[in-house]
Amino acid sequence: MSERLSRDDVAKVALLARLELTDAELDTYTDQLAAIIDHAADVAALDLADVPPTAHPLPIENVLRPDVIAPSLDRDEVLSQAPSVEDRRFRVPAILGEEP
Amino acid sequence: MSNSEIPTTAIEISRAVRAGELSARTVIDAHLETIDSREGEINAFNIVLADEARAAADAVDRLVAEGGDPGVLAGVPLAVKDNLCTRGIPTTCSSRILEGWRPPYDATVVQRVAAAGAISVGKTNLDEFAMGSSTENSAFGPTRNPRDVSRVPGGSSGGSAAAVAAGFAPLSLGSDTGGSIRQPAALCGVVGVKPTYGLVSRFGLIAFASSLDQVGPFSTTVADSALLLEAIAGHDPLDSTSINDSETGAARSLLSVLDDGVAGLRVGLVTELMGEGIAGDVAARVRQAADALAAAGAEVGEVSIPALSYGLSAYYLIAPAEASSNLARYDGVRYGMRVDADTTAEMNTATRTAGFGAEVKRRIMLGTYALSAGYYDAYYGKALKVRTLICRDFDAAYQNFDVLLTPTSPTTAFRFGEKTADPLSMYLNDICTIPTNLAGHPAMSLPFGAGTDGMPVGVQLLAPALGEATMFRAAAVLEAAAPALTEALR
Repeated sequence: MSERLSRDDVAKVALLARLELTDAELDTYTDQLAAIIDHAADVAALDLADVPPTAHPLPIENVLRPDVIAPSLDRDEVLSQAPSVEDRRFRVPAILGEEP
Repeated sequence: MSNSEIPTTAIEISRAVRAGELSARTVIDAHLETIDSREGEINAFNIVLADEARAAADAVDRLVAEGGDPGVLAGVPLAVKDNLCTRGIPTTCSSRILEGWRPPYDATVVQRVAAAGAISVGKTNLDEFAMGSSTENSAFGPTRNPRDVSRVPGGSSGGSAAAVAAGFAPLSLGSDTGGSIRQPAALCGVVGVKPTYGLVSRFGLIAFASSLDQVGPFSTTVADSALLLEAIAGHDPLDSTSINDSETGAARSLLSVLDDGVAGLRVGLVTELMGEGIAGDVAARVRQAADALAAAGAEVGEVSIPALSYGLSAYYLIAPAEASSNLARYDGVRYGMRVDADTTAEMNTATRTAGFGAEVKRRIMLGTYALSAGYYDAYYGKALKVRTLICRDFDAAYQNFDVLLTPTSPTTAFRFGEKTADPLSMYLNDICTIPTNLAGHPAMSLPFGAGTDGMPVGVQLLAPALGEATMFRAAAVLEAAAPALTEALR
């Protein structure tokens, strides 16, 4: 199997997952995640070329419903729970780098 | 009426309330009093809904007085795990990131229990986002085991298990992704059931690992779990993975089979889950349970399910992978907390960093890693294939056996802090419960005496998909034969 999970690997995953880690956290998580990944070496080492994957316990095909208009969640009730709202929409900080 | 005159089971309470012999208000007041007296010590709830519960009980009593029937759960106090959405009532998943959020809709199971006359007494504590086996991962402090408050109640549905064990409510709802109903049921000495995947709607259950999550009941008796499961099971058009009612009839008729016995039933004792890693006293209780089934006429034999040895590794790749995707939605935009920053990307990161606890971050990163380029085939892809092997091995076992018998948890309830420093040692708690979720099958835990430490031991029954009726028949026989909850193994 591949080499042990490194500190750089953890830093990269944290970035992908939108999490910021302190140096101390980075050390701790590297040790802990490496131990868990090492435990999974038994699975990674199996030769399963002929085995199909199971993503889901039920053999479900597309589930469709009649195309009938029905009420959605109440817009004001939904927006009342948002951290920031403007003009009945979710408000977020700048997304493209320009001033808001 | 004093508390000692209130029936202790849901079946007796609902019968008496429907017959007009007992008021729902009397029942709820007695339970709120019990909560008042011990909740400070147990911390089973994130929120107690005393006023709402009294109002709902009064409504049930009015309906009975008018000659109406409130339903099969009439006046029964019920606690709801705080990862099930309740409209207008805070739903936190025991996470800072959802603190204060009031969902704009009810989970389907919440609607169903209310429609059957149950009275919700509160939202129960859990490991944050249902990730854990002790409730020590709750952002709002751990729940304590009512049988010994120096020990954990198990998890992740530790609050729901403790609420029933402490007499706060005869029934509660939990969710089970890798054992989160069955393991706390075992550690607290109550009954807990994970139904077949798709039997109970997941709509409004805040997602952890969507191909594994399932909602189920806690109770003090097998019959009460049958009652609650019958009330919540059934197709829901809002959950596209819920099974059509035409296929689930037998799995939804449980109370009627409880007296059917186990004569001729083939029971398999799973050898992989009786040896290494399982405490001697727990294994001894499971063997006693097997003997009890044999004495009642079952044919008991041993069965090997080799792929089970890969279950833990496969689960701890699949569940975090699904979690990392499901939890991407907590980005500070639509609900819950936000930590402000200059750009949206920085706001997303600041919010998630402040809002998630250590275990949730650990699993998000583990899942992100298992799904990332270069590792997907080796880890997530392999784990999905192992899932196939586990399903095949279960299918082979069920050629020769109707139900399987195992421990629920490798040990009785452990002490606070014992396993928090080493995540892998905590994950090993789930070794007996995980395979069921990977296969999508039903399983349940019920108390069978105590271990050498005097703490409850849970034995686990497993059945093939939609085999709930057979599983409950065996459970009823075991319940009747079980040693007292406090009877230590000598």
